[in-house]
Order: sequence, then structure tokens, then C-alpha cells
Amino acid sequence: MGLRLRGGPIESKEKRRIRSINLMFVLVLTAAVLFSLCVGKYPVTPIESVEIIVSNIFGITGNWEPMTESVVMKLRLTRTIAAVLVGSSLAVSGATYQGIFRNPLVSPDLLGVSSGACIGAAIAILMALPSGYIQLFAFCGGLLAVTITLLIPRMIRSDSNLMLVLSGIIVGGLMSSIMGFIKYTADPDTQLAAITYWQMGSLSYIKMTSVLSILPTIVVSMIILFAMSWWIDIVSLGEKEAKTLGANVRAILYVAIACSTLLTASSVCIAGTIGWVGLVIPHFARLIVGPDNTKLLPAACLIGAIFLLLVDTAARTIGSAELPLSILTGIIGAPFYAWLLYKQRMRLQ
Amino acid sequence: MIYDVKNLCFKYTAGGRTILKDASVTLQEGEIMSILGPNGAGKSTLLNCMANLLKPDSGEIYLCGRKMREMGIKEVAGCVSYVQQTHTPTFAYTVLNFVIMGRAPKIGMFRKPKTPDVQAARDALEILGIAHLAEKPYTEISGGERQQVIIARAIVQEPKVILFDEPTAHLDYGNQFRILGMIKIMQDRGYSIIITTHNPDHALLLGGTAAIIDRNGQLDVGKSSEIITEERLKKLYNTELRLLPIPELSRMACLQPLLKNPIQDSF
Repeated sequence: MGLRLRGGPIESKEKRRIRSINLMFVLVLTAAVLFSLCVGKYPVTPIESVEIIVSNIFGITGNWEPMTESVVMKLRLTRTIAAVLVGSSLAVSGATYQGIFRNPLVSPDLLGVSSGACIGAAIAILMALPSGYIQLFAFCGGLLAVTITLLIPRMIRSDSNLMLVLSGIIVGGLMSSIMGFIKYTADPDTQLAAITYWQMGSLSYIKMTSVLSILPTIVVSMIILFAMSWWIDIVSLGEKEAKTLGANVRAILYVAIACSTLLTASSVCIAGTIGWVGLVIPHFARLIVGPDNTKLLPAACLIGAIFLLLVDTAARTIGSAELPLSILTGIIGAPFYAWLLYKQRMRLQ
Repeated sequence: MIYDVKNLCFKYTAGGRTILKDASVTLQEGEIMSILGPNGAGKSTLLNCMANLLKPDSGEIYLCGRKMREMGIKEVAGCVSYVQQTHTPTFAYTVLNFVIMGRAPKIGMFRKPKTPDVQAARDALEILGIAHLAEKPYTEISGGERQQVIIARAIVQEPKVILFDEPTAHLDYGNQFRILGMIKIMQDRGYSIIITTHNPDHALLLGGTAAIIDRNGQLDVGKSSEIITEERLKKLYNTELRLLPIPELSRMACLQPLLKNPIQDSF
């Protein structure tokens, strides 16, 4: 199965190009953050929102209404940070999975990681465990799911891209059945709503404490993945070739799988399962900066953050009631992915 | 001595067919060796064992005087380049970036290539006369060009020995000899070389030593000009052929007589 994507050399000219692209994305992200702080049922001007945030950081009190401060600081800032974290986590983990499995068709949702993490979180809720355990259980669930997904092609001794995708569908199906069972047994008055919320993907009840609880995991995982991004290129050549180039393939795979699963699980913990971001954003980033993971991962990180922030802002402003995020990411992501496939077919031999 | 392979035995599955039986072979510094044998005899198996990709059931491989199974992956890769048959990778890295990957044995797990690594890759492309390919996606160049690019990557690895797995497979007639010429140049530059090939004539052209594996996994090693004989080749490939001196080329050449019906032959 061959989706072949264009790449650029490591050149000073090329480096400058990549740097200016990344700078552009940072500016767009900043604008998106400001935009998302200001729009909503209670509009705030950009100057006001910047003043409120700056004064809160330095502990100065201003002359704006407490209501405005509460909207910006308590509601929108938390949600903005959460959307940025979740979007970048999903995009980076998707790009990493695609690289290490040499398969442009996989993503956290297609490999079953998201639904596995969702089940882990649901079990923790069902057992009424404290929030730290929800993250741990989500990680274990995601890891278990991706392990099963990887084992099935091994058992039938198939190395094809399609088999890994099919295996992901099998695991995804299994996970959704288990999820159904968990919901069936959950207490309809208290637990069911919480679990359903996880499954739909939403940031509407996000709290700053839960954002802060996943922040260290996300930052550390991303630093590790960025640091080893060049080795993801090497592993993407295939196990045999990577080994003759001196790569400790097992170690790279294990570390990369652990980090991207942590990223997915962390975002599932605060936002539930959000589809398409981990599949489409890496492809989009590859179109812009090329396939080298040293450039791809930072670009995917920024684009994922921008995308989910805009989607979440739309989700809370478009209708009278909030839309679940997966609805919007699907509406945007699915046609976009079809377009990408069409575009990349042009470059198949 | 680069390689000292002692009494190598190999089976793919326990109780399965023995591919290599007590295979022993040595490779001196700067030497070129061709591994010959019929399909399935174990040419690639032997090469993969020497590349540290397969673990032999018994026997020992010494690489530059050290036991290979006690060496790390990076240590082996710093000494041995492996040029595999061409293939199409999933992602379209540029030729330059693909060649830079040959620097991997010198780069730490959480590090990236730096300017000297880029320069080494550019130099290797220059040496092989393919600098114009540098910015092209590796997936969009021809099979012959890809083989040359992989050789460039083997060079930047700065190995002592380069292993080629059927370097002429899937190449057109002209490209086959272009690659063989390139391999000969690599030897002149001081690299030790091992290739596997289906064509005894290639082994004769390259000279050096030949290792012949028969269907029973028996290995015979000697000077190419001495060990490659008409009788041996007939038995090895189970076909009619002639090994004749060609005065115009001042070399021995392995040639086929007129074709016979192979189906009749086997009855």
C-alpha cells in the first residue's frame, strides 16, 4: 500500500524555510488562542483578555468586572489550554505511530489505543478511584489495546499495512463491545453520564486541576519523542534495514509506543475519545514540511493544537447547545482525508 | 582478518532443513568474495548471519577479531555495511536524507545528524557521481539509481566491509555491470567486500575468492579462478554450461550452449 510523500533535505536554506513555517504556525496558534478567549456567549475584547491573564500572572488587580475575569480565567483559559494539549498530543502520537509502523493509514483511534484508554478510564470511574488512577488505567488500557493490535498480524505472520489496519478494527470492535458492557453495568444516575461524556469527546466540563494533572506526562512524552524523532525515520525503513544501520529497533519501538500511548491516554483522560485528529493532522503536516520526523513532529504538534482549538471554539459557539468534538472533527477530517488520499494517488507509481 | 566464520550451522525452524552445515570461511582485509549457489541453498542466509541479522544455531563468527555475538548492534554496524536488495520505503525521504541515515552508528539515540554528517553524505554522492540526485525523493528514482544511493549510504557508514545481497537483482543489463564496476572500485578503495550472486560470470568478473554453497549446505571456498570450474557449476546448477577462455576479452566466461527443452530434460 503506497502513500508516498515528498521530503526535503537537511539544508540551511531548508532549515530556514522550516523555521519560518513553524514561526507562522506559532503566530496562528497565538491568534487562535486569543480568538478562543474572546468569543462565546459572553464576549470579551482581546485587550481585556490579555490584561486579565497578565495581571493574574503578576498578581495585579484590574478594574474589570469579576464576571469577565471569571469567564476568561476559569472557563476559557482552562479550555483553551486543554484543547491545545489534546490536539497536539493526538497529532504527535498519530505521526509517531505512522512512522514506527511504516504505515500512513494508522492513528491512535484506528490502532484501538483511544478506545482502550477509554475503557481503562471507564473502569477507573466504575471503581470510583481517584483521578490519578484514571490516567494510569487509561494508559494501561491503551497499551493493552495497541499490544493486541500488534500481536494479531504477528500471529498470522502477515506484515502488510492492511493487516495492521484490519487488526486495529478488530480490536476497536472488541473495545466498543466491552465499553457497551461497562455502560450497561454502570449506575445510570451517577456513573453512566460521566462515562458517556468520556466516550463522546468533549472539553465542556474541563477543570484546571485535571489539565495540570496530565501536563507533565504530555510534556515529558513529547520531549522524548522530539529527541528521538530522527531514529523514527530509521525505524520507518523496516526492522532489518534499521538494524544494519545500528538501530536498537526494539528499544526505539518500545519507547516510541510508550510515549505516544501516554499522549493518547492523557488526552482521553481529559477529553475522551476524539477521532480523526491523529490520522489527518500528520498527513497535512507531511504535505507542508515533508516526511522527515525531525520536522514532522513539531509541525504536527502545532497544527494539531491549532486545529483542535478552533474545533473546540466552534463546538461551544456554533449552536445553542455544545456539540461533541468528534462530530466536528469527523465532519472536517473525513472529507479532508479523502482529498489527501486523492492528492497522494497522483504520486503513486 | 575481517571475517573468520567457524563451523556455522543454521536452520530456520527447529527440526527443519539444514541450510548451512559446518560452514567455515574467512575474509582478509581488502579481499572480495562472491557467494554462489542455487536458489534456496543459503547464500542470503550466510550473508545475513554475517550481517548479524540471523543468529546461527552453532558455530562462531569473528568480526575483526571479536566474537560477533558479543558485539552490540552499533558496534557491528560501525564495521559492516549491508546493502540489501532495493525496495520502496513508505515515506519519500530525499536521497540526501536517506544517505545521511548511514551515519546512524555514530549518532546517539536521542541525537540528530549534524553538519559533518550532511557533508559526509554529500561527499559520498559526489564520489559515486550521483550528486544530482540529492534533493530527489528516494521513492521516485529508478532501480539502478536506488542501488547506487544505497551504496552511497554504505560508504558514509565508514565500514571495513560491505555486504551486498544480490546487488544485480532487478537491474537491467547495463545497470548490472555499472553496479559491479562500482563494487570493484569500492574494493580498490580498500573496502573488503562480500556479494551474493546468481551469476557465476559476475564472480569471474570480480575475481577474488568464491564461496560455493551446494544444495546440502556444504560450503567450498577458494580463488574464483580455481574453484569455479565447468564440472562444479554443471553439478551446482544442474544445467549444461561451458566455461570457456575468450581470447578477445582475455578472461574466462561462463556461457550457455543452445537452449534445450527443460521439460524433456528432467524426465
